[in-house]
Amino acid sequence: MAMLHTVNKSPYEKSALESCLNHVSEGDTVLLIEDGVYAVVKGGRAANALASVKGVKIAALEADLKARGIGGDKITEGVEVVDYGGFVDLVEANDKTEAWL
Amino acid sequence: MSEGVKKFLYVNRKAPHGTIYALEALEVVLIGAAFEQDVELAFLDDGVFQLVKGWDTKDLGSKNFAPTYMALGDFEVTKVFVEKESLDERGLTADDLMELMYEDEDDDWAEKPSIRIVSREEMARIMAANDVILSF
Repeated sequence: MAMLHTVNKSPYEKSALESCLNHVSEGDTVLLIEDGVYAVVKGGRAANALASVKGVKIAALEADLKARGIGGDKITEGVEVVDYGGFVDLVEANDKTEAWL
Repeated sequence: MSEGVKKFLYVNRKAPHGTIYALEALEVVLIGAAFEQDVELAFLDDGVFQLVKGWDTKDLGSKNFAPTYMALGDFEVTKVFVEKESLDERGLTADDLMELMYEDEDDDWAEKPSIRIVSREEMARIMAANDVILSF
């Protein structure tokens, strides 16, 4: 029963990501969208929190990364960048989706 | 507090695209500048994300207002303070930020950077030294 979790808030302003990471199960996917993508900036406190979660796939939406000037080597290791089609694929590949607002 | 011209500080604490605060702040800053007030900008907490260079908002279908920050110097908004601790915490350095410049009329119109990286302690002093603080 794998789940997709979406997080759309900045990890530095809201506790959505923190709470999400506290509730994920092995095999789940966390997809960062909108201001949630700020969590992937390498060297940031939130990127370290992402790295500490094992057995969970971390993905981030490309359009939101690009809009915010986050790309290439600014993205921490282990993050899969997906486009809108990839978002749909993740929804389809998981049994259900939980949005962390 | 001196008569006439007041010192205005615009405090920016929100990331640029998720909410409308950043864009609204810019609009108000430009209006304030037109009234020839002494304007300073502060970027701290998630506000530092506003100045990260390299925006490409095409796929979002939203306005890319990064060029407006670049134009601030032309409106004589030349003092842009960015808090170092906020950058550090978010994995950012001064090199990740847009290069905001202004022409210094007191120095033969030499091009100078508008952004000054300041400590949290200095930021507190900047806030204390202004007459009016507008928060976004």
